[in-house]
Amino acid sequence: MSEQQELLKTLSDRFGQKISEAYLSFGEPVVKVGRDSLRDLISFLKNDPGLSFDMLVDLFGVDYPEAEPRFEIVYILRSTRNNKRVTIKTRTRQTGMDTVSDLFKAAEWLEREIYDMFGVQFVNHPDLRRIYTDDDFEGHPLRKDFPLQGRDYDKPFTVTLEEERSK
Amino acid sequence: MTETKYMTLNMGPQHPATHGVLRFALELDGETVVKSTPHIGYLHRGVEKLMESKTYWQSEPLTDRLDYTSGMSNNLAYCLAVEKLLGIEIPKRAQYIRVMLSELQRIAAHILWLSTHALDIGAMTLFFYGFRERENCLKVLETVSGARLMPDYIRFGGLREDLPDEFMEKARIFIDDFPRRVDEYETLLTKNIIWIKRTQGIGLISAQEAINYSVTGPVLRASGVNYDVRKAYPYSSYEDFDFEIPLGDKGDVYDRYLVRLKEMRQSARIVTQALDHLPKGPVRAPDLKHVPPEKESVKNDMAALIRHFKLMADGVEPPKTEAYASIESSKGELGFYIISDGTNRPYRVRIRPPSFLNLASIPRMIEGALVADVIAAIGSVDVVLGEIDK
Repeated sequence: MSEQQELLKTLSDRFGQKISEAYLSFGEPVVKVGRDSLRDLISFLKNDPGLSFDMLVDLFGVDYPEAEPRFEIVYILRSTRNNKRVTIKTRTRQTGMDTVSDLFKAAEWLEREIYDMFGVQFVNHPDLRRIYTDDDFEGHPLRKDFPLQGRDYDKPFTVTLEEERSK
Repeated sequence: MTETKYMTLNMGPQHPATHGVLRFALELDGETVVKSTPHIGYLHRGVEKLMESKTYWQSEPLTDRLDYTSGMSNNLAYCLAVEKLLGIEIPKRAQYIRVMLSELQRIAAHILWLSTHALDIGAMTLFFYGFRERENCLKVLETVSGARLMPDYIRFGGLREDLPDEFMEKARIFIDDFPRRVDEYETLLTKNIIWIKRTQGIGLISAQEAINYSVTGPVLRASGVNYDVRKAYPYSSYEDFDFEIPLGDKGDVYDRYLVRLKEMRQSARIVTQALDHLPKGPVRAPDLKHVPPEKESVKNDMAALIRHFKLMADGVEPPKTEAYASIESSKGELGFYIISDGTNRPYRVRIRPPSFLNLASIPRMIEGALVADVIAAIGSVDVVLGEIDK
C-alpha cells in the first residue's frame, strides 16, 4: 500500500461515514467531506503530529449552478515535513460555511476572494470584505450566471454633469 | 487626559515603491506603523473567468500577462496543467529547453527585482548595472520567441518551434559572463553599511508564520524553510540537474536579498548544464490527437494541414477530470488547477498566484516598523500586481 493510500485509510478509519469519497487523482489523495466535518478534518490533518499538514497551498471555489448545494470549495494542504499534498473538497450553499482562517492565516485572503467571486459567506471570518472588486460592486463574477463581459457592457459609459450633481 | 490619535496615511496606488497599483492604508503613531491594510484589485481583469470562455489554446497568451516579469514560467505552469489533463509526455529536448528558458526568465525577473528594490532603498547605481544585464538576458529570450516580455513560446505538447540557430551562442555568452556580474552587484550591496542598516532585522517573518501564511518562494526560503517546487515535486526534468536551494535563517529583508542573489547563481548553473547536455530530437510530443504538426509540414502535407486547422479551430478536449500542476516561478509556487468538463473549454481554471499570498503576509512583517521600512519590506517580497489581481 502506498503512503498516499495509507493516508486515505487513516482518514476513513477516523472519520468513517463523514467522508463521502476518497480516491487518488494523478497519484495524490483527494477527500470529499461534508461541510459540517470539514473543520474537524482539516484541524486533524494540521495538528496530528504524524501528518502535520501545516501549509494551505490553495483554497478556491467552483460554481456548479445545477447542483445542490451549489458551490464546491477546494482545499489543497501540504505537509512541509513529509512533503505530501492532499486535496479536500466540500460542498456548500451561499451561507453557513465555516472559516479556516483561525487555523491558516493564508485562508483569510483566500476566503475573501471566494466571497468576492462566488458570494459564499464564511462564518467567523475576521474581515469578510470584497478583495478584488469595488465595495459597491454588484454580483459575483466567477459564478456561471454572471455575464462574461460584465453587466451593462453594451451601454455607453457616460456620466453627465447633471447626473453627477444629483447624486 | 491626553488622547491618542492615529494618523492614516494612504500609500499608493500610484506610488513608485509599491511596484504597481498596490495601495496600503497605514495607520501611524508618529512614524510607527500600528496597522496596515493592503488594498488590491486595481488591475483585476478576470483572467480566470476569461479562460472559461476560451479554448485551451486561446488561454495561453493570457498567462503571459499574469506575472509580466516572467512570462516563460507562467506559460510553463499552464502547459504542465493542461498536459497533465491530456496525459501528454514531452520529449526530453523540449523539457530541457523549458528548464533553460524558465531559468533565464528567473534571472531576468530577479535582476528586475534587485534593481528596483535597491532603487527604492536609495542605491541607484545598481539599477543601471542591473538593467544592462536584464536587457542582455531579454535579448536572449527574444531570439526564441520574438518578444521580450510576452513570449507565448512554451505550448502544451512541447514548444512553438525549435530553438533558432543563434540561441546557443548568445545564451552561452550571456551565461558565462553572468556570475561575474552578480559579483559586481555584491560589491555594491552585500557589505554596504547603508544597505545593511536598511535591511537587516527589517520585515521579519519566522519560519512557522511564513508557513502559516502560505508564503512561498525566496521569501519562505529566507526564513529557513526548505521548500522549492523544483526539488519537492520535480517537473520538466529538474531532477536531472544539479543545483542547490539557498536558504536564509533570520527571514529579514537582507536574507531575502542574499537568497535571491544565490538563486541567480544557481539558475546560471542550471542553464549551463542544460546548454551542455541539450539532447537532440523533436520538440513536440508525437501526439496526433492533441498536438498540432510542425509548421513546415503544414505547408507540404495535406493531412497535417487538416490536423492543424482542426486543432486550431476546435481545440483539444481533455477527459472529464481535474489536475493541479505547480512550478517554482521567480516569486514562489505558481499553480494552475484546471477542471475539465470534457469540452474544448475548461470548466474552471484556478490560478494560484504566489505574490497574492506573499503580499498577505506583509502586514505581519511591518507591524511596528517605520514607514521607511514598509518600502523595504514591500520591495523584498517582490510583488507583481499583474499576477495578484489576475
